[in-house]
Amino acid sequence: MNKALSGALRSAFGAVATGALLAASSPAFAADPIRIGVIAEAQAIAGASIPQAAQLAADEINAAGGVDGRKIEIIGYDNHSSSADSVRAFQRAVNEDKVNAVIASYISEVVLALEPWASRLKTPFVTPGAASNEISKSVHADYEKNKYTFHGYLTSAALALSVCDGAKDLLVDKMHMKTAVIMSEDAAWTKPLDVGYEECLPKIGLKVLDHIRFSPDTTDFTPIFNKIEGSKPDVIITGISHVGVQPTVQWKNQQVPIPMFGISSQATNETFGKDTNQAAEGVLYQGVSGPGVAVTPKSVPFAENFKKKFGNYPSYAGYTAYDEVYYIADAVKRAGSTDADKLVDALEKTDWEGTIGRVQFYGKDDPFTHSIKYGKGLITGLMLQWQDGKQSAVWPKDVAKVDLKFPSFIKLGN
Amino acid sequence: MRAFQILIDGFAISALYALGATGFTLIFGVSGVLNLSHGAIMVAAAVAAWAAASVLGVGTYAGALIGVGVALLTAFLTYFAVVKPIQDSRRIPTEEKEIFVLTGTLLWGIMIQELIAYFFTNNAKTVLPIVEGVVEILGVRTPKNEIFTAIVCCLVIALLWLLVNRTRTGKAVLAASMNPRGVTLLGLELTNIYIVVWGIYGILAGIAGVLLGMFLGVSSYSVGPLTASAFSIVVLGGLGSVSGSLIAAFVVGYLETLTAYLVSPAYRTIPALLLLVFVMYIRPQGLLGRR
Repeated sequence: MNKALSGALRSAFGAVATGALLAASSPAFAADPIRIGVIAEAQAIAGASIPQAAQLAADEINAAGGVDGRKIEIIGYDNHSSSADSVRAFQRAVNEDKVNAVIASYISEVVLALEPWASRLKTPFVTPGAASNEISKSVHADYEKNKYTFHGYLTSAALALSVCDGAKDLLVDKMHMKTAVIMSEDAAWTKPLDVGYEECLPKIGLKVLDHIRFSPDTTDFTPIFNKIEGSKPDVIITGISHVGVQPTVQWKNQQVPIPMFGISSQATNETFGKDTNQAAEGVLYQGVSGPGVAVTPKSVPFAENFKKKFGNYPSYAGYTAYDEVYYIADAVKRAGSTDADKLVDALEKTDWEGTIGRVQFYGKDDPFTHSIKYGKGLITGLMLQWQDGKQSAVWPKDVAKVDLKFPSFIKLGN
Repeated sequence: MRAFQILIDGFAISALYALGATGFTLIFGVSGVLNLSHGAIMVAAAVAAWAAASVLGVGTYAGALIGVGVALLTAFLTYFAVVKPIQDSRRIPTEEKEIFVLTGTLLWGIMIQELIAYFFTNNAKTVLPIVEGVVEILGVRTPKNEIFTAIVCCLVIALLWLLVNRTRTGKAVLAASMNPRGVTLLGLELTNIYIVVWGIYGILAGIAGVLLGMFLGVSSYSVGPLTASAFSIVVLGGLGSVSGSLIAAFVVGYLETLTAYLVSPAYRTIPALLLLVFVMYIRPQGLLGRR
């Protein structure tokens, strides 16, 4: 038995070593292109869209002549959803592949691990999908050191606000709901999200009856749904990203009679319908854009081009990654150089209408320095619902195309 | 109410664990192989069933069959490409073969896992259930699929028992697990028996994988935890003892369910692992172990 166990351990170490040796290589050489490193979770639903969308943006910019004649070159790295792999990729990107800026990851833990490296290696770094408040708080706390990091997606605090704004119109005013249970995975990004939920839900008139946090490697959600049902809420407010398919399918199979509403990152990707065998019907999720939703005139053409090229609509991080390549290119043009400090200055002055709204960054004196601004006329986010196998916008009114619709097992107004 | 809930949910998950662990322990009992690619074979079955039913649209039943077929093929591939060459090798000293098989199957499992992640992403997939809808049992709203899972698991285990105890082939398998040398002296080809066992194993792991895909869903991340859970159930029950594994599967299944309901879903697996450590201390051969 001991022999067997130690053998297993030994071979596990062997496997890790082999993996390290096999790490990918991608040399870069050209006249003088603008190089952008893209480090992302190529095998995950939300992360897979990041390098694809970045490449699409680069191809478009290059087809239009590049930036003052300089082409954009995207250098991709698969981080296997691991912080350690991401740090190695970041070092390689800067030291060997000589990138001018990095776009990386939708996972907060990964981005928080990369942030000090952006400072050490003095390389502008933007995340298209992580949400933790800590990312931009660190920039605020030590601006001179951490100013290289930009948060190209909403902070958890802003996400909570966006969900509450949507819930007020859709759930409280329209459907007269009064109570909620928060269900969120235990991860860095949900800590501030939950604080935000706890604060804003009672303000809009939804009493929080219970708050369930569960491990991101949970596979059996039966006890969780049973516990939630026990407190008889009108709605389940979600904060899930690492999980998504499993709770959604089990919600449907067990016919949990309570609607789900909130952040569900995997639901933003079009493949979610197939992965859940359409159990996603009726799921309400927050997004920054979505197929067929004209948040700006750029949103729909991007989503359609993406689908034409890659076969499916992008995840939320695809929209932001696409915008990021554009506004990095714009910043290089305005700065007239790829020098890191000049690029940071130019990025701070970003005012770019992208696919998710108008992108501007909070300044040095705001608590969330270098995070994108939330609010009307800038970025508000939207609520979408899976209906008839498709993602449809239901909020805010100016982009909503359809009314809420739930599967028959949902009992509204308990 | 809550007691019934725990009773029903615990039964389904335990039956599934039992089915998953039975094949694992059978292979060890007969051929002394600890197959660490077990989780990968289960996941391959579930993902194949999902891909066939949801992407290619062949239907639920055909999808499930394809899933089991893929597991059977993978099991044979594991035996012929990984295990048998090591067992037959003259360059590897006999006393080190066990370690080589462990390492080989572990790496093989990782290869399958990475292939699945590469072609199908590492996101969870769920197989379309064969029966949909819910029924009320003792006031507990239970998915019909959960009951179906439990019934199929029990049936398959009963069939396996019949096969082993009532057929000629089964008796040969049983004999090989007791005394391999004796079996060869009786004129039976040991390799043929191994092939039969790996075939049975493939089917069992395939059914368990597909059912797990219908019940909870699997992703390429599930490979490690599934191998670990089969491994700890089998060690708890006693390596090589099928009835020990069955008992251990129910102990672990109920312990996990109780923890999830009464303590917190976040600590689900901890008490079962503590129990394993405890049993290792006081009874290293496991509950019904022979050695």
